[in-house]
Amino acid sequence: MSKDSNFIFNQTPQVLQQKKYCRFKKHGIKYIDYKDKDFLLKFVNEQGRILPRRITGTSLKYQRKMSEAIKRARHLALLPFVADGLK
Amino acid sequence: MAADTTPFPRGLFCLENTLHDVDKVLSLQPQNTISMNTKTYETVIILTPVLSEQQMQEAVAGYRGLITDNGGEIVHEENWGLTKLAYPIDKKGTGFYHLFEYKADSQFIKTLEIAFRRDERLMRYLTVKLDKWAIEFNQKKRNGELHGQKMEAAAKAAAKKKVEMEDEDDE
Repeated sequence: MSKDSNFIFNQTPQVLQQKKYCRFKKHGIKYIDYKDKDFLLKFVNEQGRILPRRITGTSLKYQRKMSEAIKRARHLALLPFVADGLK
Repeated sequence: MAADTTPFPRGLFCLENTLHDVDKVLSLQPQNTISMNTKTYETVIILTPVLSEQQMQEAVAGYRGLITDNGGEIVHEENWGLTKLAYPIDKKGTGFYHLFEYKADSQFIKTLEIAFRRDERLMRYLTVKLDKWAIEFNQKKRNGELHGQKMEAAAKAAAKKKVEMEDEDDE
């Protein structure tokens, strides 16, 4: 991007450098375990809601698997459906 | 009804009409145990905390028997013991978790879940079909080959070494 476009969109170069990436693709994780609640907690906010892709940077393929795993964990009472102050 | 003309026992498909047939279905042995539909499944059950330790073991043994009697093969089992629930189920805050990983015919899952629904000792169950990645993951987890587990083991070993070193220093 040229200096001019940075000026128009009001983006500092620092913001552009911190590009989000899919951690599943990066580390070659193929299966998300629904029993590993400490891991799933990383993709959930304080109220126990699933974090959107635009925040975590997960690719669509793994976001689908992730949400499936979180929902399974909720069914088994490993994660709450609603909570207050999970973290 | 057309159900009688199908090659399957009626009870498997018309659950509501033929609840009295459930016992027959449960005792039904598969015609040929070598089926094309054999897949790996994983089931987690949550038993009520009202049970004693022995009653819990009996219930688990019952289901283990049900799986093996119907031509299933148990790959792995895990008992998590009395675990706290994230939210109350049936007004209870804890439950006995038990996990089965087994190879079974796809028709058997229906039989198993009927048994689960009829059982009052059971609060929740979840059966999942495992794909090849899941099977690989579970195998690695059992052997302690996962990345996280390796890191943990390395950290533990390092801590142990440190303690030993300190001991030596004391001497």
